[in-house]
Amino acid sequence: MIRFSGLGKTYAGGVTALSEVDLTIAEGAFVALLGPSGCGKSTLLNLVAGFETPSAGTLRFDDRPVTKPGPERAVVFQEAALLPWLTVWENVVFGPKVQGLKRSDYEPRAREILRIVRLEGFAQALPVQLSGGMRQRVGIARALVMQPRALLMDEPFGALDAQTRLSMQELLLEVWQQLKTTVLFVTHDIDEAILLADRVCVMTARPGRIVRDIAITLPRPRAVDDLTTPDFMRLKAEIMAEMRLSHDRH
Amino acid sequence: MARLRAKPAALAVLLPVALVLGWQLAGVDGAIAGGALPTPDRVWSAWITWAFGPPGLGLNPYAGTWLAAVWFSTQRVAHGFALAILVGVPLGVVIGWSKLVAAVMDPTIQWLRPVPITAWLPISIAIFGIRDFGAVFLITIGAFYPIVVNTTQGARDVDRNWIRAALMMGAGRRHILARVVLPAALPSIFTGLRIGLGIAWTAVIVAEMVAVKSGLGYALWDAYYVGRMDVVIADMISIGLVGFLSDRLIVALEIWALRWRRLQSHQA
Repeated sequence: MIRFSGLGKTYAGGVTALSEVDLTIAEGAFVALLGPSGCGKSTLLNLVAGFETPSAGTLRFDDRPVTKPGPERAVVFQEAALLPWLTVWENVVFGPKVQGLKRSDYEPRAREILRIVRLEGFAQALPVQLSGGMRQRVGIARALVMQPRALLMDEPFGALDAQTRLSMQELLLEVWQQLKTTVLFVTHDIDEAILLADRVCVMTARPGRIVRDIAITLPRPRAVDDLTTPDFMRLKAEIMAEMRLSHDRH
Repeated sequence: MARLRAKPAALAVLLPVALVLGWQLAGVDGAIAGGALPTPDRVWSAWITWAFGPPGLGLNPYAGTWLAAVWFSTQRVAHGFALAILVGVPLGVVIGWSKLVAAVMDPTIQWLRPVPITAWLPISIAIFGIRDFGAVFLITIGAFYPIVVNTTQGARDVDRNWIRAALMMGAGRRHILARVVLPAALPSIFTGLRIGLGIAWTAVIVAEMVAVKSGLGYALWDAYYVGRMDVVIADMISIGLVGFLSDRLIVALEIWALRWRRLQSHQA
């Protein structure tokens, strides 16, 4: 469980990225943070990850304050951020290895996860030899292999072309359906937020705040076909109206 | 352009061949420095004797001793260079990573760096005498600066997300330095190694001319004293050759170590 209360972040230059954010994310929930660039959604994720420290309020993960990054809060980065000198396999097992786990403890799991993200034939490839979508699948595998309590995803499909993005979304839905890990998913894509999440938190900029928290009641399991159903359209219209409203207020 | 690229090897020898030919022709009638410089054919035969001549023939030290001279110099460069890497790379990684270490070390390094290796000679001789380690010491000093400076730069420029990713996967400081910062800094480190190796060859020649009694530098100065300019020139060409070959070795190592990067630039 992730709990923010009165959370704020002001940078040394005086820019307030986040102000008064209250949010509780239940165990196993898939929550999307949706908003324009500069609304502080990535900052919020970086705070949960422990990459940055809040300047106001509290942030608790499983009822303990977050002080530093750790494998229980796995991050999937925007451009995958794989270590380019390591092969796919070495990237995936980097976490268990530096944590000092025995090879027999992580190898079967790593193989299984590579199979789930459909990269079993690419274990010995270098990241530069892969397409953007494949690289991001390595990024997801690298996170999952650590069996995290939460998955923090920072616009993970933002840099991919539309078709690849759809197949990645479908893959993520499949994986999540099996694992039911808590997911905090940052995006500026309304369709993506509705398709994936149980809750969409709409954010506005300057200062970054959550203005609406919308429950997505579309039945699971979902697939990309859901993108065109009437229920989906109704939700999208609602969220778009909210985003336009919050934009006009500024 | 396509035609030019077709035969780079042929183009590469064009200039040296022209130079040697011109030198030979001008030297025959004493046009170069009034005949003070020997012509290429004399240099060549001196070199052959130096390299393959039967040793111990008369009192000529330039018969059959070339390989030993090359070996002494190369060995010193290898020792000094290895020491410079052993000190410079870890230090550069830590300076690039830690603001505290940088604040303590960097000003001193930058302040000592302009002191040329030739200025270190007296101290080196005072401490180590006319012994091998004096030369090794100078080489280490000379190669150290470019290695540490370039490593520092590389360690400073590491992609922040690589560090964050490693932290998130549970890596401690030692793992971050050894498995993220060091490999990420490798491209810069190799730049430093190549510059450092060039300086190492300068240093070994200077040291051997003054402070040691063997090697290519010693032979160079000694041959000059006894008026063997043919050997001097053969010696210079030898230095160029081993320097070039050792640089090729580093480049080959670089190509191997940075495969991941070469592929990257191919795709871009």
